Amino acid sequence: MLAYLARRFLFALFLVFAVSSASLLLVRMAPGDYATESLGITARAATMEQTRRLYGLDRSFAQQYGHWLARAAHFDFGRSMAYDRPVADLIPERAANTAILAVTALFAATALGIPLGIITGSRRTGLLPAVIRTVSITLLSMPPLLTSLFLVFFAARTGWLPLGGMGGGAADVTGGALVDLVRHLIVPAAALAMPLAAMFERLQSQAMAETIGQPFVLAATARGVPRLRVVWRGALKAALRPVTSIYGLVVGTLLSGSFAVEMITSWPGLGRLMLDALRARDVYLVAGCAAAGSVFLAAGTLLSDAALAFVDPRAAE
Amino acid sequence: MMGRRIGIVLVALWCVGALGAASFAPHTASDHFDGLLNAPPTLPHVRDEAGAWHAPFIYRWRLVDQLEQRYQEDRTTGVPLRWLRGGHVVEGNDQAGSPLLLLGADGFGRDVFSRLLFGARTSLTLSIAAAFGAMMLGGAIGGIAGYAGGLTDDLLMRASDFIIVLPAMYVALALRSILPLVLEPRIVFVLLAIIFAVVGAPFISRGVRAIVRSEGRLEYAVAAASLGAGHWRVLGRHLLPATRGFIAVEMTMLIPAFIVAEATLSYVGLGFPEPIASWGTMLRDASDVRAFADFPWLLSPAAAMFVLVLGLNLIVQDRRPEDWH
Repeated sequence: MLAYLARRFLFALFLVFAVSSASLLLVRMAPGDYATESLGITARAATMEQTRRLYGLDRSFAQQYGHWLARAAHFDFGRSMAYDRPVADLIPERAANTAILAVTALFAATALGIPLGIITGSRRTGLLPAVIRTVSITLLSMPPLLTSLFLVFFAARTGWLPLGGMGGGAADVTGGALVDLVRHLIVPAAALAMPLAAMFERLQSQAMAETIGQPFVLAATARGVPRLRVVWRGALKAALRPVTSIYGLVVGTLLSGSFAVEMITSWPGLGRLMLDALRARDVYLVAGCAAAGSVFLAAGTLLSDAALAFVDPRAAE
Repeated sequence: MMGRRIGIVLVALWCVGALGAASFAPHTASDHFDGLLNAPPTLPHVRDEAGAWHAPFIYRWRLVDQLEQRYQEDRTTGVPLRWLRGGHVVEGNDQAGSPLLLLGADGFGRDVFSRLLFGARTSLTLSIAAAFGAMMLGGAIGGIAGYAGGLTDDLLMRASDFIIVLPAMYVALALRSILPLVLEPRIVFVLLAIIFAVVGAPFISRGVRAIVRSEGRLEYAVAAASLGAGHWRVLGRHLLPATRGFIAVEMTMLIPAFIVAEATLSYVGLGFPEPIASWGTMLRDASDVRAFADFPWLLSPAAAMFVLVLGLNLIVQDRRPEDWH
């Protein structure tokens, strides 16, 4: 078990390293650099050179990369050129915003999807399972891009909820500010959570239906164990594996989805920062965003690996 | 089974709409009516003010508030509809002055319904082309990995697993934004198709590899090899055909993902350039919140996407829900 988790931890470290390095390389390969994007084509050659020298863009890729890597090892991720601030100052706030959104959505989706999946999976007939199933298939066809558009439209029409942004921000979480944050969070988090909850519901439903058909469930029922106990205790333990095993991939799905949601609801997360950085060819900021995103991924895969090893010890072998 | 049939009908409707866009759409994708910016849909009527019955006709829009772009139906005279004329299934009698706007007009005064059909063309062809690219790439990688085994298998599958873990949207975004930002529509199409194919291929290659590995041990594959068939023949003629069912399902799941990816990229300005109608560029035109609160018909590309994705999901329903992305 420990060896397995250690191996997965090494993979997580490699993920962060590879993703941030690759993004640095990609931006270097791109046509144009920060100097051409910020100064425009009318700038004098001398000014261009000066800007390049200022940010170390005139060096070879190997030199630039080596320098960046050496400093990144000390948690100094360079300076954003567009914002003229250290990357390490810019990222945490935005990353925290994305994390708030993604974690809320993940919790909501799990809390809704899994119990509903147990209900539909353990009961073949009836009005409730049929309704849940229909809603689920509908939501499954609405990726976060669509749910956020529809929810923002709903918010704009009713005026019940703010249309975008995140209010005061995560910095001061006291009383009124917290309420404000929650009000701003509802639309983006719901937009992100709805398709995910539908996916969890479908998966859990299938797994539950399969488990219910197993001999041990029949045996428990035959021994006289009450049905609710069989379903919510015995069968559930065995049926949790499929959903747990996709949690690792769900983090990627969440980040993809939260990009669309952040764009539409103007949630100030990593998505917008990354997009602006990419467009401005702001090399170090791109690498910083990629590093932050991959830390989320790594944490997500690690947690899901640990959860899977807990739910199904065979996975660790 | 019922759901599956509904799904086929929904998808077929869009395919027919996209193929026949030139006839079904009353206007071209770039026709614009300067006096009708953000005009609401012109609903076809069959009874006039006096209660008399007519062949379907529409009322002219009269601008009542320039600033808020509010319109009122001019109920004095109806504009009759013309059927099957000039290569169009239906159009207004007075195309230039009071056009038929089934889903209203956008901020440039262009017919949303026509653009929706032409946009379906762009979005569908792009995602189908990308799905085929993903199939070729993923099939080749998975086939080689599964057949060769050993180090090749390890390397190719590690690379595939790595890409699968990454958030697909960010990979596509990064790949797109390192290319020149302003490009010709045709080049954008090819580049987006390649990018989507690369991001989608690992999902196919993983499954293809597993199938090729297990099928390779079966008698028929061994028999073919012992009859003297070369590696490529065994792989191409005997093993890869066994993956057809899997690939068909997987492609049906990739197409919606690609449609949404195109829409997201176009929404943030990295997709198709302006005059081109795609569902993504249409959503971009609606991206200002006030616009779609006041002019809800601008959201119709989102509804269109939902209908198409629902159709595709219903077709593959209960096959492999775990691969939703």
